[in-house]
Amino acid sequence: MQIMSLFPEWILSHGAASIVIIPLLLAVITAVNSSARLAWATVLGVTALCAFTALGLLLQVMSFGPIHYNMGGWAPPMGIGYYIDGLNAPLLLLISVVAFLCTLYALPSVVAEVEPKKHGPFYAAFLISLAGLLGMVATADAFNVFVFLEVSSISTYVLVAMGASRDRRALSSSFNYLIMGSIGATFFVIGIGFLYMQTGTLNMMDMARLLQEIGPGDRVVQLAFAFIAIGLGLKLAMFPLHMWLPGAYAYAPSFFTAFLAATATKAALYLLLRFTFTVFDPNWDYIAIAVMILLAGMGILGMVAASLQAIFQNDIRRVLAYSSVAQVGYMLLGVGMATTLGLTAGYLHMINHAIMKGALFLAVGAFWYRFGITQVSDMRGLGKTMPWTMAGFTIAGISLIGVPGTVGFVSKLILVEAAAENGWWWAIGVIVATSVLAIIYVGRMIEQAYFKPVPQINDRPVRRNEAPLAMLIPLWVLALASLAFGIQTEWLMNLAEAAAQVLSAGSNTVIPGGAYALPAPIGGH
Amino acid sequence: MAAFFEHFNFVVVIVLMMTGLFVVFATQNMIKKLVGLSVFQTSVFLLYISLSKVSGAQPPIIAKKDLYGASYGTGGGYDSASSSVPDSTYQAAEVLYSNPLPHVLILTAIVVGVATLAIGLALVVRVREVYGTIEDDEINKIDYNINLEGVAK
Repeated sequence: MQIMSLFPEWILSHGAASIVIIPLLLAVITAVNSSARLAWATVLGVTALCAFTALGLLLQVMSFGPIHYNMGGWAPPMGIGYYIDGLNAPLLLLISVVAFLCTLYALPSVVAEVEPKKHGPFYAAFLISLAGLLGMVATADAFNVFVFLEVSSISTYVLVAMGASRDRRALSSSFNYLIMGSIGATFFVIGIGFLYMQTGTLNMMDMARLLQEIGPGDRVVQLAFAFIAIGLGLKLAMFPLHMWLPGAYAYAPSFFTAFLAATATKAALYLLLRFTFTVFDPNWDYIAIAVMILLAGMGILGMVAASLQAIFQNDIRRVLAYSSVAQVGYMLLGVGMATTLGLTAGYLHMINHAIMKGALFLAVGAFWYRFGITQVSDMRGLGKTMPWTMAGFTIAGISLIGVPGTVGFVSKLILVEAAAENGWWWAIGVIVATSVLAIIYVGRMIEQAYFKPVPQINDRPVRRNEAPLAMLIPLWVLALASLAFGIQTEWLMNLAEAAAQVLSAGSNTVIPGGAYALPAPIGGH
Repeated sequence: MAAFFEHFNFVVVIVLMMTGLFVVFATQNMIKKLVGLSVFQTSVFLLYISLSKVSGAQPPIIAKKDLYGASYGTGGGYDSASSSVPDSTYQAAEVLYSNPLPHVLILTAIVVGVATLAIGLALVVRVREVYGTIEDDEINKIDYNINLEGVAK
């Protein structure tokens, strides 16, 4: 491969581990950094390096197949294995690219929102959060997943609470997130404990193999699935478990809200997919029923209920946060169909939603940065006072509604196709109805910005005051991406189809042929 | 009743788990919520430790005397004199060891639990500084008008 020669040797041989270790190690250096500018530059460099590594991993997976990496040279299942395939490689790239764009944006935004002497630790917490997210996506060890889940969550609680210098409600929101998040992670680790009890291994592929031997009738395995599904459901804001999300998104520092909205729930959703479809067997009765009733059912409920709630919010970020819960519903609906087309739709919507919600939250942060705007009613005349920012917001907004020519349309169309293929005609009705609700809550903001007069101060209209370039560039990269991938759909479609194939192939193909010489399972009862 | 005592560890785990969860949901006091959360997490530690026990097994320590050469560690506590199992047992293939892995896993989980608790307590301190109370319902009451009008401080 010609293009692979662009990447240095260490990315090709150790990329899977270094993408996690680099941000983790440099977080320490960033934390003790007294210069805010230097801390920011470190983070920018690290995220750029992560994005480059993730690109190398993705190309490597696409051309040579899945990567098995043995951490420290210890072969799984005794050692911790990292496993990169078509399902998680695109997610690694997505997380690190969004992190890079958000870091670019952070330079002006963090100066305005966080006390100067706290910049070093603040950026360090961001790097740890990034390392946690990348780690839980890259690893193939079930307990390692829990550790990285908590690494990213704990630093997220800190970062959400840092919004307190702007709005004191960040503190109670962060506390609620901490309680809910810890319960979710503990449920997950209980589930892993039950699986370990039955299989005596923590490696996901080994677990899948042993679970096939145990079969679908085992009560402990059933219980394990219940705990894992509910625990991850809390983390990914599945409908009735989403109560932590609006507060955390609304009061965190702007750049971190964009990062959180674009990546955190996606990583948890990836884990749910990985466990449900490759560790457990989706052909087992109780998994099939859970996927249909729990994922699709809660997805549908979430789409309707959260879209309705979004309409009645006054705070822009709460509108977008409730809309995030609704969009998670679309993803769960696609996954809940459990067909290859449905999984493609769900996965594609996961990537697309990250692009458009990232852009929307970046734009909202810029509104606050220039005019201190948090309310929908304050958006009057923004089309004139911040034309470029508002244009980016509008592009991402119409993509959220699903207007043809944007990424939102592509994934909704495939979701509708998948529903039709399944014969779920009522689901198509719900998708259309919630898109109408999206028109209402996005349209309300666009109407304020373009069709209401510019507010007056001392009888003079407010002057034009565009966001700084460091904020506009990331916003427009994401906004243009949502247009570009809406017109040139093939590239993302190929990625989503590859991911869906990994999932629908299920637990049978994920075992590498003879790669592990497995000893008899130890421990247990 | 026999099943109850056979699975006594798991009974304790379930009682602790439910107590912890109930405290988290039932109380409005932030400190008490954290206490509940800690009890809940502790029940998981106990669950993991319980499943590492293999009945009739040794602690997972290789007690072979000449492991590090004859002179190393004489009288160090692991020679045949102080061990309850004679040396010859270790030569046999059929020695049962308890599983050490869950202990190691739970060591990590304990660290995670401590970190969560520390962050939670730090947040409670900040909440108390800002609101003057640590009761969830009172905080909601204080923020009620702000939530309606959306004007933060």
